[in-house]
Amino acid sequence: MPHSFPFLAPDQKKELSDIAHKIVATGKGILAADESTGSVAKRFQSINAENTEENRRLYRQLLFTADDRIDPCIGGVILFHETMYQKTDDGKVFTEYLKGRNMVVGIKVDKGVVPLAGTNGETTTQGLDGLYERCAQYKKDGADFAKWRCVMKITPTTPSNLAILENANVLARYASICQMHGIVPIIEPEILPDGDHDLKRCQYVTEKVLAAVYKALSDHHVYLEGTLLKPNMVTPGHSCSHKYSNQEIAMATVTALRRTVPPAVPGVTFLSGGQSEEEASINLNAMNQCPLHRPWALTFSYGRALQASALKAWCGKKENGKACQEEFIKRALANNQACQGKYASAGASAAGADSLFVANHAY
Amino acid sequence: MTHQFPSLSQELKKELSDIAQRIVAPGKGILAADESTGTMGQRLQKINVENNEENRRYFRNLLFTTEPSISNCVGGVIFFHETLYQKADSGKLFPQVIKDQGIVVGIKVDKGTAGLNGTNGETTTQGLDGLSERCAQYKKDGCDFAKWRCVLKISDSCPTALAIAENANVLARYASICQQNGLVPIVEPEILPDGDHDLLRCQYVTEKVLAAVYKALSDHHVYLEGTLLKPNMVTAGHSCTKKFTPQEVAMATVTTLRRTVPASVPGICFLSGGQSEEEASSNLSAINQVPLHRPWKLTFSYGRALQASALAAWQGKAANKAAAQEAFCSRAKINGLAAKGEYKPSSAADTASMQSLYMASYVY
Repeated sequence: MPHSFPFLAPDQKKELSDIAHKIVATGKGILAADESTGSVAKRFQSINAENTEENRRLYRQLLFTADDRIDPCIGGVILFHETMYQKTDDGKVFTEYLKGRNMVVGIKVDKGVVPLAGTNGETTTQGLDGLYERCAQYKKDGADFAKWRCVMKITPTTPSNLAILENANVLARYASICQMHGIVPIIEPEILPDGDHDLKRCQYVTEKVLAAVYKALSDHHVYLEGTLLKPNMVTPGHSCSHKYSNQEIAMATVTALRRTVPPAVPGVTFLSGGQSEEEASINLNAMNQCPLHRPWALTFSYGRALQASALKAWCGKKENGKACQEEFIKRALANNQACQGKYASAGASAAGADSLFVANHAY
Repeated sequence: MTHQFPSLSQELKKELSDIAQRIVAPGKGILAADESTGTMGQRLQKINVENNEENRRYFRNLLFTTEPSISNCVGGVIFFHETLYQKADSGKLFPQVIKDQGIVVGIKVDKGTAGLNGTNGETTTQGLDGLSERCAQYKKDGCDFAKWRCVLKISDSCPTALAIAENANVLARYASICQQNGLVPIVEPEILPDGDHDLLRCQYVTEKVLAAVYKALSDHHVYLEGTLLKPNMVTAGHSCTKKFTPQEVAMATVTTLRRTVPASVPGICFLSGGQSEEEASSNLSAINQVPLHRPWKLTFSYGRALQASALAAWQGKAANKAAAQEAFCSRAKINGLAAKGEYKPSSAADTASMQSLYMASYVY
């Protein structure tokens, strides 16, 4: 316990830190395009497109080859394993193409959730077996960051102590292994928005979960400057009857993060969960206008919140390619503004939001 | 675990947060004048002064009535129990003398260390019994913050997991009880500088200890915005053969804090430990110049590092009172500057050349 056995050399630390900072550079965030084959099936089904490997390739290609308007918006792209090895029509591997556009390539490395026996439907996440070797290979194949998603839920009996500890621990193991191979781990302890709990309850649970995550990262000797956090925003449950303003959501979220995320962490890249594209942008914008001091970048790592309209515009038809890309570019630009607190959404004005922030001792 | 049972009202949270902010207002720090009777005896013995109640009162009076007021550089004063009920020459109670200068009054509430059986001389700190009632009384008697010191040491086998967990837990219990009674808890997990370990070793241990402290504070539902931290700076052990510059000390210290102290903590007030007055000021100033982002105030909570010259000048003689006060005032001003990163020891190089002495943080 009192002795240090450093496993990262100074140049390794520098590499990790540089990668993390590059991903969350001003105005930039992450395109989460790592939907597994099964998840893509659900998306494609909603637009009546067939879930074939070629369709998946064509769709991702549309996103990745959008014109240079997305260059200042996208710092990193998370890929699913299959996509890492697919190519553009010109025969260029996606990873190489994205790197050529100065975007950092990331890879989803977890293998999905598994139940925790004796709990009320809670889970942990698997994927540690052989992760060491897989990371080495992914690094060779062009990945510089990775993503691993843990899931918790709020009910009268959850999350339990076990769920919090187990998920925090597995996230720390994953992070430690990634760093040994020059891969920046994105740590995702998602607390689902399902339920009728209010904002305060979500804030309380998020604070406890994040405190456990950072204690586990410390115990596992993870180099925080070379990591990123991908948390849920603090929101009320989906079926909560009370409605909250974007400023209340921002205040609760930033307060929770200020109480738990050490300043050494370069960036927080929110997941969008079930939020609509516009909601996700407006909330992110409110975070970046919050009057509380924020020592890390607050940006996006959005899947659906960047792709929903694009997917709808595409509908699996080649002739809709341009329209699809335009929708994606629109969202990318909106989030580029939002992560700088400069987003003026259609219904609201950029100014005048300040007065809507309630004093922070209410949180 | 998953349900919240809020114990602090919105008003109380605001009060605690305001108190903490006032103590660490820009350019201000804490005068630690809470030496116990025994410890004060050690200080007075060095200048051949008898350790009696009047002499202890006289010396504290000397510090508290310094003119011009030290309120420009001192945001808070920590008292020992006896001193809280003593009076200035004017007949005014000391807490009132301090409050009248716009300085916040604090009180040491721990009752010293106690041995942890089965360890290599490690300790925890006692004082929890009846602490809530004592805090309520101290609040009535003019205090707005408290201090509790835990001690850990670095050796081949220390600190152990037990020492770290036990001290973190007792600090969190103390903090929780203070806040219930409107007192801002200063959390002090001191890691002693004794030993021959190097800078990196101290950094490693400090990171582990602080991570445990903040996990315990979270577990005990402590309101971080209404607390302050009083840690050791990260330094090499006293008998370490290698010497480190103030910039190296500063870099290691700030890196450690960035990795463990949440941004919601308003301020970090370093203890001076065995450092000389000059060392403590140079290091603090270097800390405030580190080219890494620091979201909390970084200031002082010094005992010896503020009082050593004053004690030496006083020598127990009334005729030396003015000289002693001047020495004290001078150190207070210097540390006020150091807390803003503006203290330049006359022999040191200018800021520009000092910057290059900061090694890139990824080495730490």
